[in-house]
Amino acid sequence: MREDYEAMLKAYSEAGGTPDIFKNSNIAHLIIHKNKVIGKNLIKGLTIVPEETAWGIEINLKVEKGIKIENPVHLCFGVLTKEGIQEIKIKAKIEDNGGVKLLAHCIFPDAVKIVHKMDAEIEIGNDAYYEYKEVHYHGKIGGVEVIPQAKIKVGKNSHLLTNFSLLQGRVGVFDLNYETEILDNSSLNITTKIYGYGNDKIKIKEVGHLKGRNSRGLLKSRIVVKDEAESEIINELIATAPEARGHVDCVEIIQGNARAKAIPIVNVANEFAKVTHEAAIGRLDKKEIETLMSRGLDEEEAIDLIISKMLQ
Amino acid sequence: MEILRIDKVSLTLEGRQILKDLSLVVKEGSIHSILGINAAGKSSLAYLIMGCADYVPEKGKIFFAGNDITQLPLSKRAKIGITLAWQEPARFEGLTVKDYIMVGMKEKKEALIEEALHQVLLEPKDYLNRVVDRTLSGGERKRIELAAVYAMKPRLAILDEPDSGIDILALDDIIKLIKNLKKHGTTVLLITHREEVSEISDITSLMCSGLIVKEGETKDIVKYFKEKCVPCPTKIFPSQQNGEFRGGIIN
Repeated sequence: MREDYEAMLKAYSEAGGTPDIFKNSNIAHLIIHKNKVIGKNLIKGLTIVPEETAWGIEINLKVEKGIKIENPVHLCFGVLTKEGIQEIKIKAKIEDNGGVKLLAHCIFPDAVKIVHKMDAEIEIGNDAYYEYKEVHYHGKIGGVEVIPQAKIKVGKNSHLLTNFSLLQGRVGVFDLNYETEILDNSSLNITTKIYGYGNDKIKIKEVGHLKGRNSRGLLKSRIVVKDEAESEIINELIATAPEARGHVDCVEIIQGNARAKAIPIVNVANEFAKVTHEAAIGRLDKKEIETLMSRGLDEEEAIDLIISKMLQ
Repeated sequence: MEILRIDKVSLTLEGRQILKDLSLVVKEGSIHSILGINAAGKSSLAYLIMGCADYVPEKGKIFFAGNDITQLPLSKRAKIGITLAWQEPARFEGLTVKDYIMVGMKEKKEALIEEALHQVLLEPKDYLNRVVDRTLSGGERKRIELAAVYAMKPRLAILDEPDSGIDILALDDIIKLIKNLKKHGTTVLLITHREEVSEISDITSLMCSGLIVKEGETKDIVKYFKEKCVPCPTKIFPSQQNGEFRGGIIN
């Protein structure tokens, strides 16, 4: 157990995390290797109950009514072996007037054949917030299959923000499916940034249903694929309430023999609602590259800078 | 001493001849204007000197500081001290003003970035961390472009219509910046269609239909431009287009 803990912290550090936060008793955390909880710290108002299963962990997370967790809660999921399965099931409830920010690191540094499934059901009460940032660190081989799924319900006067990035190492196979429902005066903001290469396969389906009056939704994707990588992005915003406003913003950059597909769907069933979309697929803008080259960068350096800043 | 020599350069784009046996000499340390009406080929000349991908001359040579750079790629030209302030600067997602200005700087000193922003009357604390994307107005983006060129301290700065998109009240500041570039040892090739901008130049070349048609002291060229040049007749009177009516200059 101790060895796994030390190894996880080392991998976490290499993935850009700061292991010192796990020593801070004011910061809640949960560290899971395969199906074992190897580190945990809770704070007042936050309940996390993990239960080991054959292939992973079931987590019940609750933020009590009126409690806003001050510091981000750190979650660290990983499989340090070359092969394995990790299934994470999360049930999260943010009670009325509650709020939490979660920062999850998913680490598979030596993956050759690893399946990582995440299945989340999240309920956000009224006047509450839930912010979830997930950063993946995969190895150079691309032997990871990542399957995140989430069904999220957002109450009134609340907000949901998710920020997913997979920028370090090979993607492998990635198949994300998020469904969200947003009630009155609440907002949804989902951002996904992925850099795929080799023969990586990226599939994203995000659906936001703006059910409440004056609800807001933004689905934003930034995907770069090169070599033989493929991506397919389906962003759907459904607006069925008056004064609902939404926007789908998808940019995919392709290089080499990569293939990219974007399917923005705007589905409006209320005359006082409005949803807009923009989607662009193609190579990088020549003028952007030449501008940076006119300041002395080589073409490759210019492309790397543009991509890294776009995905940052 | 000359820093740039263009020797009988011709350029054709998509079957249309843009530059025709154009020759030009720019003296080191000078402000040299290329004055001409719209569509005279001024920006194409700027891209050709900078070495942009599609702007390869089919004949003629370009020399910089005595060296033939005709075949030198864009980034290498920048590395030897040539840069371009683009007429319509590109926008970049995620790239901050600080990042953008720093790209071309040899010594990455924050004080110089701040000095460059002050030169274009932008307050560093308000702009350094802003992103060079569509959240900036055209005028702000243009000022940042000029600040980036200032901070780069190039040997030759090609400024393509530096005043376009900037309000008239700021013209004096842009002119001050151009003079400061010269003061710091940068040669300025100033591309403009406004005679009041070219008036700060040491020398002016009048460009029309892909040719330098006249060159001399700025006051003489500006006088000639005011009296003799009209908006391009091929645009205003399409019915009068013929092989002999070369745009802009009254014969």
